[in-house]
Amino acid sequence: MSLFKSMAAACVLVAAGSFSAQAGTTFDAVKAKGFVQCGVNLGLYGFSAPDDKGNWSGLDVDACRAVAAAVFGDANKVKYTPLSAQQRLPALQSGEVDLLARNTTWTLTRDTANGLNFTVTNYYDGQGFMVPKKLGVKSAKELDGATICVLPGTTTEQNLADWFRANKLSFKPVVIEKNEELTSAFFAGRCDSFSSDASQLAAVRANEAPKPDDYVILPDLISKEPLTPVVRHADDQWADIVRWALFTMIAGEEKGITSKNVDQMLNSPDPEVKRILGVTPGNGKALGLDEKWAYNILKQVGNYGESFDRNVGKGSKLKIERGLNALYTNGGLMYSPPFK
Amino acid sequence: MAIGHPGNAKRSLFYSARFRGILYQVVVVALVVALGWYLVHNTLTNLAARGIATGFDFLGREAGFDIGESPIAYTPADSYAHALVVGLLNTLVVAALGIALATLIGVVVGIARLSGNWLVARLATLYVEGVRNVPLLLQLFVWYGIVTSLPGPRQALNPLPGIFLSNRGLKVPLPEAHPIHPWLLLALLGGFGLAWGVRRWAIARHDRTGRPFPWMLTGLGLTLGLPLVLFLAVGAPLAMDVPTLRGFNFAGGGTLSPEFAALLAGLSVYTAAFIAEIVRSGILAVPAGQTEAALSLGLSRAKTLRLVIMPQALRVIIPPLTSQYLNLTKNSSLAVAIGYPDLVSVANTTINQTGHAVEGIGVVMAVFLVISLALSLLMNWYNAKVALVTR
Repeated sequence: MSLFKSMAAACVLVAAGSFSAQAGTTFDAVKAKGFVQCGVNLGLYGFSAPDDKGNWSGLDVDACRAVAAAVFGDANKVKYTPLSAQQRLPALQSGEVDLLARNTTWTLTRDTANGLNFTVTNYYDGQGFMVPKKLGVKSAKELDGATICVLPGTTTEQNLADWFRANKLSFKPVVIEKNEELTSAFFAGRCDSFSSDASQLAAVRANEAPKPDDYVILPDLISKEPLTPVVRHADDQWADIVRWALFTMIAGEEKGITSKNVDQMLNSPDPEVKRILGVTPGNGKALGLDEKWAYNILKQVGNYGESFDRNVGKGSKLKIERGLNALYTNGGLMYSPPFK
Repeated sequence: MAIGHPGNAKRSLFYSARFRGILYQVVVVALVVALGWYLVHNTLTNLAARGIATGFDFLGREAGFDIGESPIAYTPADSYAHALVVGLLNTLVVAALGIALATLIGVVVGIARLSGNWLVARLATLYVEGVRNVPLLLQLFVWYGIVTSLPGPRQALNPLPGIFLSNRGLKVPLPEAHPIHPWLLLALLGGFGLAWGVRRWAIARHDRTGRPFPWMLTGLGLTLGLPLVLFLAVGAPLAMDVPTLRGFNFAGGGTLSPEFAALLAGLSVYTAAFIAEIVRSGILAVPAGQTEAALSLGLSRAKTLRLVIMPQALRVIIPPLTSQYLNLTKNSSLAVAIGYPDLVSVANTTINQTGHAVEGIGVVMAVFLVISLALSLLMNWYNAKVALVTR
């Protein structure tokens, strides 16, 4: 009971915090300890995975590094906490991590009832299908009667059943709990198709398929999964810093600022570029950061396009197309508000 | 209760062994009940404090996910309760068949270990020591690997006309539905009942007169003959639903899925190794003099085993055998690892979707408890029946 009481007390405190004028507690704590504690995936190639030397890389890891670069001027001041799907939300709620960048889908319940605030979507995903090329299937609509391998996830099985019902098609699920067992069953030919988040399909194809070219990921996506770094509710300053650190990467790509040309761009006549890079001061002060904050992000982490290509795009094993994750000017959804 | 010392009732009450015995028991029961109440109350309070819904209302809601195989009709539009029943039936089917198969293999291997033939005895030893010392989960992965490495449906093996073996399972032709089918089943049951009667009569006559009667053959003839006569009488309607390759997979006919086959093989082969040792110990527990006495009375080897050794060995075999049956039933929950939709697998998905973890696990635990207790009761009844009657 005493445990329950202290929990209740903690809940009351958290709730009370949202009404007080005090903001920026996470920011102060992060500055005091000297690093950002970032919750990441246990190992999802392209998003957050350690290499053989223990260095983390990936799209989500770059989000953590961008925040560290903005706060400390050093992208390496990050400590990673690998979290399972079940652990991730409690770890953030309890304050174990300052930022959760772990391919987490933005949903209404999580944004409200779970006491979290989502920042900027860094990958627009959706549940898709992978099939062997020799099957000759071009669209998910041709999968009538297929056997489909699927992980028992929070919504994956349900999305699948919903989609097939909505399209009046039939399928047979094979549900296996362990990822490796499921993928090996699929590659052994037990199923006609493997269904999961499209980015995960690409990672599985690149890393686990005996011959990656023998498999195709169908263009149809049957659900919306906006993967978004997330922080605790009621800490507006910290949420702003994370949000604008991520916008900086997008704005950098919009303006053509890369990690390589950022020093030349300091001399750019474009007033927006001057404001982003702190040549015209003001943005840093507004966020409570050094005026070089965005310069440091672009110099050390790079813009969103560079990060995408390096981790999941053309420059990586995954070879995922930009698709929805292209800039809005190229028909995608990536869009940064003005740096004014 | 009070013994002696009538002047000091309190003191004598405490020194009464009987009173103290009752007191301790009351205290222990009270502690257990208090602990149970505390755990339940604490869980409910904390769930409520976190705003997590509790209760079993979710069982009536639409499940929304599909299940790979089901003995009864099921669609995603059915309720969670319906889905859990499908999972339960899948568990029962694999457990029942597994127990039958494991007993069969176990008895054969157990007797083989005692064989005078050097090769047979060594092979049986190799089987027992090899199988029972490797974790079941690993064995399941091996079985599943073997089954899924069969060719795909378009290159399916076709050992007999209409039978196809591929990594989608074993497809066999089934007779098309016909109104005669329920009657055939009834005839089978009727024949079996008649055979049972013949057996009773034969045994009674044997006890009375000592004249044997071939009740086994007669019984077999009755059980199979009655439905056969009926089948031929209605003109032998033999329209078969043959599996044919359509689109991705075979349509029609009956299916033995790879997941079910791997789980059944893994469970029965593993448990059979333990049963073999139990059978061997049971047979060895019967003194050799019994065999010698039976043989010198002129009984054949087979009759000696059936009439003299086995009835005595069973008394030793049944209690540990019950444990193995219970183990097999509980081990069937390893199905989640290779994708057979058993009760645990369905409950996992239910919990993931609804968030009712405590209730979901509670249902699974209660169901396994009921299955195990029922099995235990049945085996205890059988044990009492074969137990040595002492006079």
